[in-house]
Amino acid sequence: MISSLLSVPQARLEALLADYQREVGRRRRQSLLVLAILAILIVMAGRFGEVDLDNLVRNISNFTSYFGRIIPKLTIANFGADVADWYWNIAGWLKLLLDTVLIAYLGTLIGACGAFMFAFFAAENLAPGSVLRWSIKRVFEFCRTVPDLVFALMFVSAFGLGPLAGILAIAIHSFGTLGKLFTEAVENIDMRPVEGVRSTGSRFVEMVRFGALPQVMSVFVSYTLLRFEINVRSGSVVGMVGAGGIGQDLFVAIRKFYYTDVSAILLMIIVSVAIIDLVTERIRHRLSGQDGIR
Amino acid sequence: MSARHPMLVADAGAVLDRHRGLFNDPPLRRVSALVGPLGVAGFTIFSVWWLAIPFSQIGPGLASLAKFIALMFPPSSGGHLDLLVRAMGETLAIAFLGTLIATVVAFPVSFLAAKNTTPHGVIRFAIRRCLDTIRGVDALIWALVFVGVVGLGPFAGILAIAVSDTGALGKLFSEAIESTEERARESVLASGGTSLLAVRFGLLPQVLPIIAGQILYYFESNVRSATIIGIVGAGGIGLQLSEQIRTYDFDQVAFAVIMILVTVATIDWISGKLRFAIIGRRAVV
Repeated sequence: MISSLLSVPQARLEALLADYQREVGRRRRQSLLVLAILAILIVMAGRFGEVDLDNLVRNISNFTSYFGRIIPKLTIANFGADVADWYWNIAGWLKLLLDTVLIAYLGTLIGACGAFMFAFFAAENLAPGSVLRWSIKRVFEFCRTVPDLVFALMFVSAFGLGPLAGILAIAIHSFGTLGKLFTEAVENIDMRPVEGVRSTGSRFVEMVRFGALPQVMSVFVSYTLLRFEINVRSGSVVGMVGAGGIGQDLFVAIRKFYYTDVSAILLMIIVSVAIIDLVTERIRHRLSGQDGIR
Repeated sequence: MSARHPMLVADAGAVLDRHRGLFNDPPLRRVSALVGPLGVAGFTIFSVWWLAIPFSQIGPGLASLAKFIALMFPPSSGGHLDLLVRAMGETLAIAFLGTLIATVVAFPVSFLAAKNTTPHGVIRFAIRRCLDTIRGVDALIWALVFVGVVGLGPFAGILAIAVSDTGALGKLFSEAIESTEERARESVLASGGTSLLAVRFGLLPQVLPIIAGQILYYFESNVRSATIIGIVGAGGIGLQLSEQIRTYDFDQVAFAVIMILVTVATIDWISGKLRFAIIGRRAVV
């Protein structure tokens, strides 16, 4: 059966096999080279990063016992009272959690509005001037590269402790990330409607409003909703430096080893992020279904 | 272009009449189109009221912010350039090793979490929920936990990034595996290959480029997040940065920020080239 398939002359077969071996050998050498570079980088990074596996092995029991300790003691017999004991500060935490969600909401909204205004000037296919385009892109880059915590620290110094610093920090970071995403969305639009509007002699604003906006609006909203979910999560971190919300309580609980408080607050954050995730996903699906764009 | 001519259609009125429906939405649609914007506006007013935003602070706050920015020039390393360069190196090391460990852990796990390669639906469900929970906790909180486990220093940062990214990468990898074509795997099985061979020659060639793109993307974003992880003592340039902000050494803040910007831009550039070499122009989700 097999011999009948191999009806290639011996000499030809050998040439083909040699070719195959050479090709495989080349690729093997290439992968070996990549692995060698990776190994060198790992050793270098290991020295810079003070990797201490011995330390990890010695203390890994701390890690597991940490999770043992943050899990509250719940008994079936006394379940209600145990839960009440675990969530002893539920009213206070719920208020702080709402603070965090609203900080994320306002921050996302401000950032999205800013990004919306500038994205059309930064997009390659619509931008009226290349100098303007370049500078807006650099501003976006700056806003999303400088970590939001750094902005939060500075704003806490400038505006005082409280939600204002958190809102502004989240707004600036969202401005940078959404600006980039919005610009890319605009750059990917179909140019024919824009040219159609332009051919009627319209100005930039009308071109954007009637040529580009209908194509990108649902994408913009969907990116903004995704960002909102991310911001609720990072809003709980921004609070750690005193910028409002539940982060402060979480930070104190972790630092002072109030073990069950840590799990209580973390669970609240995870659940609320999951709920927001579900709701925004619903809205996004409806939007994309309705407009048929993306 | 800018000169606006009147419409050169003789029966403009008739054209308008014919397409009247395009301009007059039914009243119900008009009302429902208002629900979204009104909801956003209402919720905004509620948020501002609930958070009791002190508008009177905005003026003085902006003034002191302007003062900070004036203090930033000229940026200066404050005489410890070597310290800052070392901290930046630490940051890169944290991002690199964190991403690497996360990849090594997430890769096998993602096969268990993908619909088409999982041994059982129950395992898939359990692993998915685990990944979701890990992902739900921010890297900075993991860093706080690991500082308690292995002590202050970059090692805690590496572990924090590794854990939080295992959640994210595990999910992305399993989605990449689920979106592969079954035919290549089936043909390996049909020619007598084992299921392991089917994964190696039927599935891996399809997912590796996608996965490589995602890893590079996460490395870039980890360089960004590794710059802040130092604020809780987990190594990297964040420690210096937060100290300098607290002590109002804004010229040094500016210097550190410029270092971060340059490093991130360089990393983005390199990984952009690598990504292009691996997957070509295909977009990374």
